[in-house]
Amino acid sequence: MKRLQGRVALVTGGLRGIGGATVDRLLDEGAVVIIADLKPASDEVVQATLQRLGQASSYVQLNVTSEADWQSAAETVRRDFGRLDILVGNAGIDGVGSVDTMPYETWKRVMAVNIDGLFLGTKYFAPLMTETGAKTRGGASIINISSIMGMVGWVDASPYNASKGAARLFTKATALEFARKGIPIRVNSVHPGFIRTPLLQEGMDRAAEDPSVGATAQDMLATLDQGTPIGRIGEASEIAAGIAFLASDDASFMTGSELVIDGGWTAQ
Amino acid sequence: MSKRLEGKVALITGGTSGIGAATVRRLVDEGAKVAFTGSNAEAAAKLCAETGASFHAVRVQDADAWPKLMEELHTLYGRLDIAFANAGTEAGDGSIENISIEGWNNIVAVNQTGVMLTVQHAMRAMKANPGGSGGAIIVNSSMNALRAMGNFMAYSVTKSAVIALTKSAALHCALTGTKIRVNAILPGVVETAMITNLIEHSADPVATRAAYESLSPMKRMAKVNEITGLVAFLSSDEAAFISGSEYVIDGASTAGMQGV
Ligand SMILES: NC(=O)c1ccc[n+]([C@@H]2O[C@H](COP(=O)([O-])OP(=O)(O)OC[C@H]3O[C@@H](n4cnc5c(N)ncnc54)[C@H](O)[C@@H]3O)[C@@H](O)[C@H]2O)c1
Repeated sequence: MKRLQGRVALVTGGLRGIGGATVDRLLDEGAVVIIADLKPASDEVVQATLQRLGQASSYVQLNVTSEADWQSAAETVRRDFGRLDILVGNAGIDGVGSVDTMPYETWKRVMAVNIDGLFLGTKYFAPLMTETGAKTRGGASIINISSIMGMVGWVDASPYNASKGAARLFTKATALEFARKGIPIRVNSVHPGFIRTPLLQEGMDRAAEDPSVGATAQDMLATLDQGTPIGRIGEASEIAAGIAFLASDDASFMTGSELVIDGGWTAQ
Repeated sequence: MSKRLEGKVALITGGTSGIGAATVRRLVDEGAKVAFTGSNAEAAAKLCAETGASFHAVRVQDADAWPKLMEELHTLYGRLDIAFANAGTEAGDGSIENISIEGWNNIVAVNQTGVMLTVQHAMRAMKANPGGSGGAIIVNSSMNALRAMGNFMAYSVTKSAVIALTKSAALHCALTGTKIRVNAILPGVVETAMITNLIEHSADPVATRAAYESLSPMKRMAKVNEITGLVAFLSSDEAAFISGSEYVIDGASTAGMQGV
């Protein structure tokens, strides 16, 4: 599909997982895509990724928790591309453990990446996206990656739950704010269920190290497959398809909405 | 237009006007073969000529008519991949204080029983598809499922009820391994003939139009073809991991309070 020809997109946490699949998909749709992630531009992984993806892709080193990084990314994108149609706020980390023993640092780190990152990105790219949005029928599009854990609670995931719930309502607040002021930026959230990504694998590996859990990472992944009504966890490309829809003019009347993509998990 | 729906067969209820007719066009554009139901034979004939779709004069609430409709579809197309339970009405609606029993019964029949019959028969047909069970069912609810209207009580109630129907059907289809997905869409105010009619027949059409437009902070109603892209997406294999979801498409009308 080529719904995004001529559009420019930035994907945070775009080097792997859902972000990586989103980069692939937006490129397939014809967009020019800027990957924003933690590694320095000179890193081998970054270089190999750009090599594989080709000319329409580029890279900016950006820690979503750093205000200075966002400011300079906004300047760079304005200078090099002159527009930004699509901002995917995807960078995210988990933080597990019980509230009573959780270090305050963990809470603050999860909040900083998962929600401060969305605030800063929206803040610093809104001016350029306002200009860009006026040029297309559907307007510019911000897509914030929340989670089904932004809608329902989960044991030992309090900072993750809180940050993803915040992402859900930050999305609605900014959608209303922009629409009300006639600013041509749509804002929507995506709520993946369990998706096969490095984040999920690492989470399971870490949990399996705890002998009291008494299960291997593979066992736990199988449990997640079985716990999903459609019988399997999702693939990153299946989230990327929803993101591409929201980015396109097909979603021109969609703002303040939430796309749950979870194989029926939260319908139960 | 890309051809995500090549080789698929779709049934759309209430396809002669509004969102339904626009969806007939969109799914045909994406490569699907489309059958639709409705009551306006003249409009139907035009749409068939334009798109190559087939028209079936069936009232969705008529339980006895469904087996025959499904036989017709089977003979014509041999399979069913997509069903859009779209037919809906607000005729005879009112407030809790003044709605008549006839008005209530009519709206429950079309919006609730009609959707139940559509999902039931579509699901049975999809289960028997040559090559194996599978399909996508989309229920057209409304943002009024989330924000009830005082003067359209039965509409609000039935649109809310079909969300529970969607989730129940989605779970059943998923847990029995059918590879049939069921999702609901919740549009805001879409400028269809139904709405234009309400505006024109109101006491003060200018004020009524402004009132409808102000429901979304975008200060406008949706056009029908702004809804069809979502139906096409949910119909396609791209949405293979989506079931039991309710997607609001309302220009932020229900995202929160607009502020003062
Ligand atoms: N995998 C799932 O099951 C799942 C489910 C629901 C939601 N999500 C959400 O989807 C998003 C992507 O998750 P994933 O599974 O692809 O994770 P991942 O760990 O595989 O990838 C995340 C990427 O974000 C980058 N990143 C982390 N911190 C960053 C920072 N401070 N600044 C910039 N980049 C940073 C990482 O380097 C990595 O490339 C996250 O927001 C996650 O919470 C994932």
